[in-house]
Amino acid sequence: MYSFNFRRASNIEDAQQIHQSSSDAVYVAGGMTLIPSLKLRLANPDDVVDLSQIEGLSAISSNDGVVSVGAMARHCEVAATSDIPALASLASRIGDAQVRNRGTIGGSLANNDPSADYPAAVLGLGATIHTNARAIAGDDFFVDLFETALEDGEIITRVDFPIPKRAAYAKFANQASKYAVVGVMVAETDAGVRVGVTGAAACAFRLTSFEEALSANMSASALDGIDVDSSDFNSDLHASAAYRGSLVTVMAKQAVEQLAA
Amino acid sequence: MKVDLTVNGSQHAVDVADNALLSDVLRETLGLTGTHVGCDTSQCGACTVHLNGSSVKACTVLAGQADGGDITTIEGIANGDDLHPMQVAFRANHALQCGFCTPGMIMSAIDLVQSADEPLGADEVREGLEGNFCRCTGYHNIVKAVLDAQANM
Repeated sequence: MYSFNFRRASNIEDAQQIHQSSSDAVYVAGGMTLIPSLKLRLANPDDVVDLSQIEGLSAISSNDGVVSVGAMARHCEVAATSDIPALASLASRIGDAQVRNRGTIGGSLANNDPSADYPAAVLGLGATIHTNARAIAGDDFFVDLFETALEDGEIITRVDFPIPKRAAYAKFANQASKYAVVGVMVAETDAGVRVGVTGAAACAFRLTSFEEALSANMSASALDGIDVDSSDFNSDLHASAAYRGSLVTVMAKQAVEQLAA
Repeated sequence: MKVDLTVNGSQHAVDVADNALLSDVLRETLGLTGTHVGCDTSQCGACTVHLNGSSVKACTVLAGQADGGDITTIEGIANGDDLHPMQVAFRANHALQCGFCTPGMIMSAIDLVQSADEPLGADEVREGLEGNFCRCTGYHNIVKAVLDAQANM
């Protein structure tokens, strides 16, 4: 690991100020991706700005049909919630216990790993991501591989998940890391059926062809024969693009079957 | 960088490099070498300690992040010569061979049992210890030990 300055931010403004005054700064939330990246020298910042001392960023509350999750809420804390069982279940299957005790929802979303679980929940449930500056619709948040709509230095403060009528998340996990090779969130919401897919492509996306089919007929068989274009999907030692394409349908069907159960 | 840590009940004000890991501070600065560094890549769990009551991989926590924290390591769980029930169960069930993973296994297992609302089954223990690797035992006796220990915790 290269050397860096460890900077503690006492509040959001402080964090931003440190970030702005540095030539190359990164925020650290739980650090479950950043610290391994620093060790591998994939990241080489001058300043690491710790957000953990900032008060009020980790609260989880539920009001008026919306579950509001503070950006610094840890995966284990989301896993212990009950208002959106599919979201809690997703959080309970991230990594391992030690990772869930440190990793945060805000850190995961800001990092936008193509195989992270939360992006499927943000898209599938139609969440809104709040930052220190604005509210970003989940649909507009994930831009590309490790790239989000966040501006340089912008800090996620909370994520609002509308409580769906019903939802389920199915994932084909990498057996070693538990990252999603493919994960699919299917939700019946007040705004219609939503399908969020992670793990398959450069970043998470909605699958509108599945949404339309499931809107007409919420059953696994409704997805039969719908072609999933895997030409731009990820291909690595874990799975080829075509295999991921197949997994999208299989995981979506599993999620639909869980909804019915 | 100055960092205040409470480790196994003792307070320490340590001066460490900004990029020091919690595992470095425990082992190098405080001499608590029971916390093992196996992979140093957040996978094997041998470095597991409790930070503010929860199991964490000390190789993937910056010392600065632990500032003000309450840490328990494998050295802090026995009461004098009286081993912790999890240690007793590991010994009784032959849940270790080379012993390298054992400190992390025990720290994870204690958190797992303490966090459970109801008695755990074997499948839940296996899932709960996913973050800890053992390359000797095949896990069978480790699971038996954890199931055994939870009756005495």
